[in-house]
Amino acid sequence: MSKATQNTWKLLRTAPPTAWFGLIMVSIYIVVALLAPIFAPYGETEVVDVAGLSIGDNPSFLLGTDHIGRDVLSRIIYGARNTVGLAFITTVLTFAIGAVMGLLAAVLGGWFDQILSRIVDVLMSIPPLIFALLILTIIGTSVINMILVIAILDSTRVFRLARAVGMNIVVMDYVEVARLRGEGLWWIIRHEVLPNISAPLAAEFGLRFCFVFLFVASLSFLGLGLQPPTADWGSMVREMATLITFGLPTPLFPAAAVALLTVSVNFVVDWFLHKTSGLKS
Amino acid sequence: MSAILTMIGQRLALGLLTLWVVTMIIFLAVELLPGDFAQALLGQSATDETVNAIRQNLGLDKPAVERYFIWLGDVLQGDFGRSLASERQISELVGPRVYNTLFLAAYAACIAVPIALTLGILAALYRNSAYDRGVNVGALAAISSPEFFAAYILVYFFAVQNAWFPSIARLNETTTFTDRLYMLFLPAVTLTLVTMAHMMRMTRAAIINLMASPYIEMARLKGIPRGRIIVRHALPNALSPIINVVAINLAYLIVGVVVVEVVFAYPGLGQLFVDSVVKRDMPVVQASALVFAVTYILMNLSADILSILSNPRLLHPR
Amino acid sequence: MTFKELQRLYATKRINRRDFLAGAAAIGALGAASTVGLPFPAMAAPSKGGHMRIGMGTGSTSDTLDPATFDTTFNQVLGYGTLRNSLTEVTPDGQLGPELAESWEASPDAKVWTFKLREGVEFHSGKTMTAADVIASINHHRGENSQSAAKPLLAAIEDIKADGDYTVVVTLSAGNADFPFYMTDYHLAILPSDGEGNVDATSGDGTGPYKLEAFEPGVSAMTSRFENYFKGDDRQHLDSFEMLVLTDTAARTNAMTTGEIDYMERADLKTVHLLKNRPGVEVLEVTGTQHYTMPMLTDVDPFSSNDTRLALKYAIDREDLLAKVLRGYGAVGNDHPIATANRYHADIEQRAYDPDKAKFHAKKAGLENVEINLSAADAAFAGAVDAAVLFKEHAAAAGINVNVVREPNDGYWSDVWMKKPFCMCYWGGRPTEDQMFTTAYAEGVPWNDTNWSNERFNNLLTEARALLDEARRAEIYAEMQQIVRDDGGTIVPLFASYVDAHTDGLAHDTVGANYALDGFKIAERWWKA
Repeated sequence: MSKATQNTWKLLRTAPPTAWFGLIMVSIYIVVALLAPIFAPYGETEVVDVAGLSIGDNPSFLLGTDHIGRDVLSRIIYGARNTVGLAFITTVLTFAIGAVMGLLAAVLGGWFDQILSRIVDVLMSIPPLIFALLILTIIGTSVINMILVIAILDSTRVFRLARAVGMNIVVMDYVEVARLRGEGLWWIIRHEVLPNISAPLAAEFGLRFCFVFLFVASLSFLGLGLQPPTADWGSMVREMATLITFGLPTPLFPAAAVALLTVSVNFVVDWFLHKTSGLKS
Repeated sequence: MSAILTMIGQRLALGLLTLWVVTMIIFLAVELLPGDFAQALLGQSATDETVNAIRQNLGLDKPAVERYFIWLGDVLQGDFGRSLASERQISELVGPRVYNTLFLAAYAACIAVPIALTLGILAALYRNSAYDRGVNVGALAAISSPEFFAAYILVYFFAVQNAWFPSIARLNETTTFTDRLYMLFLPAVTLTLVTMAHMMRMTRAAIINLMASPYIEMARLKGIPRGRIIVRHALPNALSPIINVVAINLAYLIVGVVVVEVVFAYPGLGQLFVDSVVKRDMPVVQASALVFAVTYILMNLSADILSILSNPRLLHPR
Repeated sequence: MTFKELQRLYATKRINRRDFLAGAAAIGALGAASTVGLPFPAMAAPSKGGHMRIGMGTGSTSDTLDPATFDTTFNQVLGYGTLRNSLTEVTPDGQLGPELAESWEASPDAKVWTFKLREGVEFHSGKTMTAADVIASINHHRGENSQSAAKPLLAAIEDIKADGDYTVVVTLSAGNADFPFYMTDYHLAILPSDGEGNVDATSGDGTGPYKLEAFEPGVSAMTSRFENYFKGDDRQHLDSFEMLVLTDTAARTNAMTTGEIDYMERADLKTVHLLKNRPGVEVLEVTGTQHYTMPMLTDVDPFSSNDTRLALKYAIDREDLLAKVLRGYGAVGNDHPIATANRYHADIEQRAYDPDKAKFHAKKAGLENVEINLSAADAAFAGAVDAAVLFKEHAAAAGINVNVVREPNDGYWSDVWMKKPFCMCYWGGRPTEDQMFTTAYAEGVPWNDTNWSNERFNNLLTEARALLDEARRAEIYAEMQQIVRDDGGTIVPLFASYVDAHTDGLAHDTVGANYALDGFKIAERWWKA
């Protein structure tokens, strides 16, 4: 066993049960999302039977069918791919933009830092949902536009975090030493700064990741999110919402899928936070 | 003391500058909205002829820069202009909406903040106990369900199954204050569910963070009871981050309620904004976006100032 | 046939009262018919008084009371059916009846129309209605700077003048037998004038059964009984009538089930079967002229070939769409826009789903290996995207490759409709054949959304317009329906019913089908049981 895997294993062994639960659930989601066509009994938009079957009406459709006769279970499984995939790509992009800019601001300082910080102040002073609504109305709601808009708006928060944490590191003696040694900008960021701030960034990643789902769900609710017939959990809840009035459980499944994933991710994040705060003291 | 005043002055100036840039962004964004009011108003029934007639009537043919400065000048004098659609004074249109939105936000805050702080302090006090874990999972589940879902579930249990509360917020001039509180209970609880978790977690984290500092250690060694340490020694120093997260959530209550407004048919600012975007009623979009931005900036500003004021080290300089 | 079915047929105007009673007698339910009492005023006189609350599915903060810009059912019901009247009205059984005009007559070429006004009609403000108000109200929609959607409807007016206080004479540039029917259009509500030709379009003053107490655009409106209403006790049964905007379907359904509203516009078709099962709730279905269409630009390939059009018309399974998109609440269309509710609806063979015929025409048009893009968004109608997805599956069975292109809701009517060669669309329909054809099928008109032109059709249209002979008109309109069905550029798969719900505490007579909500006149026609 290599040293890295050994370390990972050691880390995992000390993980509390909640973190284990979180890790397992997240892995299941990832597998389901990647292999959706294998798991799903029917196609994403395939009309399979009469509309509006409830749970247990027909054993071929475990969770029933939706309003035009598509299998709800299959749509939830495909929804994992669309919802989780979208949230993941968006969050990665958010961090790519936010962390790089934040670190550059911290390391370079001066006017670069000033300009970026002011831009971020302005972006943050406009409520994100309102801003996103405006921008998406202007440029149209394709999936790519949505990812870009959410990523840019959301990266402001990552920028602030990365900059704040980065600032603390940049003033450390070992960074000064590296500078004097004549190391380049990217070398300093990669070798000295990044390793020291990865823990708080990872913790933030979990929270931002969940935020993206809810944001997309709210946008769908207002008619600007993912458009039908693409299956995503937020719009599925929305489409079936009137069933709640009659006490039918179908809309609970996509909602529970979102809730379970959020809780799982945050369990993992909490554990991370705990580890990092433990390392500090 | 003067150091604090300078600091507050700086923040205020910065806030004003931000606000000015925001007005430009809002104006620009609204200018860029595709299609225009005339098209949107008539929808499928638009013909070139009728669209042109409306456009000319409204003076939409002047250059954008000119219109920006006219608009800014008017806004500074408190004149937001008239709605293109209803031709009503925007201040008249927006005023009651702002009041409604603030009322709901304040109501939700009155429920959410005390509960969140208490739960957070208790969670810090009984850290890692079953209580702590339970509250944590509950809080996570609450923030992870979309707002409209939480709202529909509440309506199902408390309005449809048991007719305890109304499912829509029907206000008119005769609605008394207590009626209002009663009607808005479900929307307020929905918002509480959505915002409480964040505040609670932050309170807990801030206090736990402080528990490791030497002065708390000292107090503990002196034999002061745990509860007293938290309330008397940890809390005052944890106030700054807590105020910050409360302010962020209050700002969210004001600007993030669009969805809740739609579900409960509550005439707040958010619905006005969304309607106006769809109808391309530019002056109303600009005015409401501006109100949102001002609220956001004010909230952040007061959070900044309050955390300066609540910082014992700044209040009692050596 | 059960009594309940019979009741439904009657309530939705598919049979008249005499047939209903005859039917009831035939199934031995005459007793039931008279004791149920509910929708049958002849048997139980409408009771007076009470407050009615109605939850509307449309309504926006940009709504106004000016009829020139009416575009939501909220301001149509409020500003047309509740606060005001028009010269003529469509009666619940679909005939043209008098309202503010007592009678009217035409010159033999149908060019000059003389309307005799009812005397002694009062506005809410106390002013008496005269010819000056009528002329000013109609001119409000004409003229250079008019913003009104009714402008094209009135384009043929050459001159409109008063002959004394209670006679209005309209001269048209060409004969039009339907002109009195035009006067029922919801834009043409009669408003008070200032005597100098200007109307007061925004205060809500009118001659209607209820006067405005409060109006908050996009939120609610409150009206109360107008004591001096000219129709008096025959109509106008409630003390007050309140309208609420509840655009969220789930919110509307909740308010209906919790009894916070008495009437719900636009029931959610996905759950209407569950709503129906709730005690005290009744679902009302009215088949009107509203229809869904799929226009193809006939001057763009491959749609310029009639074989393409026919292939697509045969490749759509209307029954499946009716069952899935409308849950059965509607009727299948026959590729022309004339509804059974229209006067001259012709009995033409229904086009059915026929993949073989579709294949035949597709082959003739060379559609193998051609991908046909169909633009869709739910802005076209609720369920439009679902319908497009279902059509894709139907067409696949005929070997036709349809690709559904999702378009944004926002800006759909300006950027997609009439711009993309094949899209989803809806029409509210028109009360007369001439209006419907003239608006969307005549050559060169602004809303001809298929750029279709057919010489025979255009000639017939002009010929029928000026004809006062009913039988001959019926013949011509039948031929025109056939032409549109077989050559036209649009698929008309469905006629959608208005599906609403109300408590059993409300009662009504025959429900008008010319517009939603009892011809927008629910406030004066319904009562509390």
